[in-house]
This record gives sequence, C-alpha cells and structure tokens, in this order.
Amino acid sequence: MLEELSKAGRYLGQTMRLMVGLPEYGTYVTHMENTHPGEPMMSYEEFFKERQEARYGGNGRVGRCC
Amino acid sequence: MNRLSSKMGWLALALLGAFAFGYIGLQRGESISAIWIVIAAVCVYLIAYRFYSLYISDKVLGLDATRMTPAYKYNDGLDYVPTNKNVLFGHHFAAIAGAGPLVGPVLAAQMGYLPGMLWILAGVVFAGAVQDLMVLFISTRRDGRSLGDLIKSELGTVPGVIALFGTFMIMVIILAVLALIVVKALAESPWGTFTVAVTIPIALFMGVYTRYIRPGRIGEISLIGFVLLMLAIVGGQYVQEHPVLGAMFTFTGKELTWMLIGYGFIASVLPVWLLLAPRDYLSTFLKIGTIVGLALGIVFVAPELKMPAFTQFMDGSGPVWSGSLFPFLFITIACGAVSGFHALIASGTTPKLLENERHARFIGYGAMLMESFVAIMALIAASCIEPGVYFAMNSPAALIGTTVDTAAHAVSQWGFYVTPEMLAQVAKDVGEHSIISRAGGAPTLAVGMAHILSSIGGGKVMMAFWYHFAILFEALFILTAVDAGTRAGRFMLQDLLGTFVPSMRKIDSLPASLIATALCVAGWGYFLYQGVVDPLGGINTLWPLFGISNQMLAGIALILATCVLFKMKRDRFAWVTIVPTVWILICTLTAGWQKIFDANPRVGFLTHASKYQAALADGKLLAPAKSVAQMQQIIFNDYLDAGLAAFFILVLLSILGFGIKTVLAARAASKPSTSETPFEALPASALPST
Repeated sequence: MLEELSKAGRYLGQTMRLMVGLPEYGTYVTHMENTHPGEPMMSYEEFFKERQEARYGGNGRVGRCC
Repeated sequence: MNRLSSKMGWLALALLGAFAFGYIGLQRGESISAIWIVIAAVCVYLIAYRFYSLYISDKVLGLDATRMTPAYKYNDGLDYVPTNKNVLFGHHFAAIAGAGPLVGPVLAAQMGYLPGMLWILAGVVFAGAVQDLMVLFISTRRDGRSLGDLIKSELGTVPGVIALFGTFMIMVIILAVLALIVVKALAESPWGTFTVAVTIPIALFMGVYTRYIRPGRIGEISLIGFVLLMLAIVGGQYVQEHPVLGAMFTFTGKELTWMLIGYGFIASVLPVWLLLAPRDYLSTFLKIGTIVGLALGIVFVAPELKMPAFTQFMDGSGPVWSGSLFPFLFITIACGAVSGFHALIASGTTPKLLENERHARFIGYGAMLMESFVAIMALIAASCIEPGVYFAMNSPAALIGTTVDTAAHAVSQWGFYVTPEMLAQVAKDVGEHSIISRAGGAPTLAVGMAHILSSIGGGKVMMAFWYHFAILFEALFILTAVDAGTRAGRFMLQDLLGTFVPSMRKIDSLPASLIATALCVAGWGYFLYQGVVDPLGGINTLWPLFGISNQMLAGIALILATCVLFKMKRDRFAWVTIVPTVWILICTLTAGWQKIFDANPRVGFLTHASKYQAALADGKLLAPAKSVAQMQQIIFNDYLDAGLAAFFILVLLSILGFGIKTVLAARAASKPSTSETPFEALPASALPST
C-alpha cells in the first residue's frame, strides 16, 4: 500500500515536471551510462538549463495551445 | 461470465447517459442541476473512448504494440525519452489545455447551454479527438516530425508553405484575441491590474532563484511563487481601496493596450529563464489546479443552471457575438470540440516521448476528451450565473449603455430579468467598480467560478477573492502565451522572410530578431487596438476570425489525416476523417463567406464598410469615429478583416485541392504510398509485458 502510494507520488512529480518541459534527470543519467559510457555527462544544473532553453528558447515551435 | 458482466456494465452506463440526456431535454422552462450535464458528458466520453477510439486504433489505424517508436529509436534522455503513459498524458493535456476551451463556451452560452453542450460532445467524439489521435499517430510513424513537415512530405512542398503562412496568421490573431481578453478584464480594475502587474516581479525573482540561488528546483520555487501570488491577490484589495494607489493602477483599455504591446516586445527578447520559464511554471500548475478545483466544485456544489436551454439569440441577433447558430456556433466553440492548434502539439514533443504506439489512443484521444470536459465546465460556470447578469457583462456598451440603469433596462427588454441593484450587488460582491460590458469570457467565467468556489469555501466574503483568483489565473496564462507566442511568431516570420531576404534568417543576429519581433508585435498589436476601440466590443470581430483560423487549421490537419488513410490503402475506413473534414469545411467556409459578404453590417465586414462609406459620403460621422480620418480607419480595418477571412478561405481551399489530388493519386496507386518510416521491431525489453 505504502509502496503503491510512493510510486504514485513519484509519477505525480514526474508529470508535473514534464508539464513544464523537464524530463527525468535520472533517466538521462541511466541512458548516458548505458549507451555512451565514458562520454561527458551534464550535471543536473546543466541539464536543467539545456532543457529550459530547448523548451522556451525556441526554434519557432509552438509548445502549447492557446 | 466476465465478458457478460462487462457488457452489462457498459449497457448500464449507456442507459444512464441516455437518461441524463432525456432529463436535460425534457426540462423545459425549469432550471436543472449541472450534475446532469456532467453525467451526460462523462457517459458520452466513456462510451466514445471504450468503443470508437478502440475501433480507430485497431481497425482504422492498426496501432502496433511491437513497432518501433521514435522515443526508443532516437533515445537521448532529452527530447526523445520513452515515457510512462500516465505521465505523458499529463504532459500532453497540459500542453493542449489553455484559455480557448474556457472562453469559447462562455461566449456560446448566449444561445443557451444546450446548443453549446451538444456541439462540444459531438465535436470532440467525431472530430476533435479523432484529429488529435490521427496526427499523433502520423507524426509518431514519421520520427515525430512537425505538422508543416508532415504536410510537405505527404501533400507536397507548396501546400506545406501555404500551411506555414496560415499558421503564422493564426498566431497573430490568437495573440490579439487573447490580449484583448486581458484588456477587457483589467480595464478600470485596479485590483486586477495590480495583481497581474505584480506577477512580473514575482516571476523575475523566481527566474533568478532557479538560475543562481538554487538552480533547477522547480517544485520549491513554484510553491514560493504560489504563496506570493495569493498575497498579491490580497494586496490587490488594499490597493483598490487606497485612494492614491487605487488611482495609480486604474487604466483605460487603450492605456492597457499600449502597455501590453510594450510588454510583449520586451518580454519576448529577454532571456527565457528570467521571465518566460518561471511564469510558465506558475501558469501551468495554477491551470491544472484550477481545472481540478473547478471539477470538484461543480460535482460537490452541483449548481443550478439559470441560463435557459435555448435563447432567442439562436437566430443570430445576439449581443455578445453576431451570426446565426449555423455556422457561427461551430466556430465560436473551437477548442473543446475540435481545435486545429492541437495538431501542432500532437506533432510536437508528445510523439517523441511516446513509449508505445498503442498509447496514442489514451494520449491522443483521451486527453482531448479531458479538454472537452474543461469546455463543459466553462459552459456550466457561465450558465449558473443569472442570465440577466451574463448579458449585462457580455453585451457591448453600444447596445446597453454604460450604467447599471441603462444595462438593466436594455437586458430586461430582451426578456432576461435583471435590476440595477442586482448588477451593482454583483460588482460589489466581486470587489469591482463595474461589471458591465466586460465581454471576453474571462470576467464571466470568473463570476461563475467565484459563485461555485465560494460555495465550497468562504461564502460571500471570499467571493471577491475567488473572482480575482480566476482573473489572475487567466491573465497569467494569457501573458505567458503572449510571450511564448511572440517568440514562436518571430521565428516563423524569420523563417518565412528568410526565403526572400536571406540575412533575416539568422536567428542569433540582433537586428534581424529585433525587426522580426517588432513586426510580430505590431501585427497582433494592431488587431488588439482595433478590438479595444471597437464599439461592438472587439470580441464580435476578433473571436470569429480566431475561430475561423483555428478551424481552418483543423480542416488542414483532417485533410492530411484523410490523405494518409488513402495512402495506407485504408479507403474503406476513410469516412472516419472524411465526415469531420466535410463538416469543418462547411462550417468554416460558410462562416468565412458570411463574415465577408453578409448583408447584416454586424456580421459582414464589407457591408459594415459600405455603411461607413455611405455615411462619409453624406458628411456624417458614425460612432465610435470622431473624425473623418477615424471613419477612414474603420473602413480600412473592415477591408483588412475581410481580406484576412478571405485569406483563411483560400488557404483552406488550396489545401483541399492538394488533398484531393493526393487522394486520387493514392487511389490510382496499386500499393500503399505513405512516407512512413519502414517497420522496425521494438527492442524485446521495451515490449509491453501483457
């Protein structure tokens, strides 16, 4: 029961972050370790800045509806 | 046994829905509880999701659980990440839900709640959700590419460029109409203006905090920001009652217009982390919270609907916006039933995060059903306030005057009971000087929400708080959209202009980006100003143009979907998109035609122009013009608006032409001719366990 709740809570946190364009940092780290071992990896702060720029800095893409 | 009980369950649900519809339909002249609307809507959603979306997924599209998705193929932990489907649902819903589904139904309530409700439900099931699901599917099978790219690859380069031009004009109109809503809500309202103005320093503080003090801590700074926002609402009351501060924050519509134009320019050239991103955190979380709160409020309070099911304004004589039920209801309620803008979202970030192709059903179709429910709630909120108050709030000053006495008199003449005291009392309850002629949806929705939410907590005392909370929520959201939209428009414009002047394309060149930003702001600022000075309220002109442009984009997306179905050699299922395409085309083209040529000057731009021309020839001045130059300005604007409507019609017709050509070619081909990426199997570890 408690485990279920904490899982739901984690998903809720993930959802809220993804709503503002921030995917999971942990997923990124796992991905880098598994597929690009030894290559430079962004710290959380760099990751955050990179994602912020990608969401808002824009390439002319519309990220949300009216 | 299990199957039987499941069948019985769905049968019971269908019966419950039918009963709710019957109940709504048979209550003539008596007010009903909003809960019946909620029950009817939820039954429709569940049945449509269970049966129709499954049919589309399995039979029409053949969604394949074993097929590679862009999220796995290009996984980089950043843009392409396989994402849990519930998490992605939230992301997608937050991206498609905006001010549109809240405002359209409020405006449509002038015809009564029933026409709007029926269109929201029928539209979402057969058009809106189908479009979202189809575009998400098409983009997912093509590496998550954007709508413009998809049109280019499936229909050809020329229609792709035409669609891009159309999209840019939609941005301009959307930004103008959204900004107009803010101006209408904040004009002469020191409380509202102060609260919204304070969000700028709050956002700047949050921006600095997430950049330098504690980088990337979105959760905690959003909480801090939220507390500051609530304090801003409370502070607004103090400002309103303070003689000096109150006067300082009281602005006319025109002054607010210039401020918004200046804000739009400055905000969109600032670094994103400083103002845009933190404001987006606040507005996104506030939006989701408010939607949840409103849903709980409606279910628990179950307010009575005071608006009649139908009003006499179905004939097109309505004061809020003019034009008869067909075609104008169907373009007034755009988002919530079907919204072309969603095609841009469904071909944006979502397909790159989709873990499995079969999730497209839940995310594409399901999230749109949720959005439709938001529209139903907005309709309920607008229908649970006194109809007399609704019309006094939404009719332009040209029809009802500017005092409570003239407004009450005019609205009573239409057969909606209201007294000057009632109007004064509502204004007093929500802490405003006046609530008359605040067309634009936001204030009406705010009164409705204040009405519902104050029944949960705080009673009458809290009414003013809830009203300004609702205004703040919409304004915050819209200002974020103005900022982000101006940026997006600037890039689109640089791209388009770059075709002719290559130096304009350099996005890091300061002069090029300043010129493009200025052009973009000037574009929407022009229409905004025109709307603010319009004696018929601006919404009357701009909202139909917005609706036409948005449905035009929906038409384009549905034409694309139809072409893809034919190219996949699924001809016999193509009715799934042909039926909504035909309906959207009929409504949009008829509405566009009437906006240009209708003989009623309140509907047709050209008739309106010739009315002013005739007056000018006789040497007379018509309100609001006070000089010959202003008369000429109005005539020019009419021609401009007519030209814009004609532009949207031409874009839609040309895409239709290219679409028909594509379909004929696809039918002549002996095998499938889509440009989807060839089949690749998902890695075994990524296959769903069931």
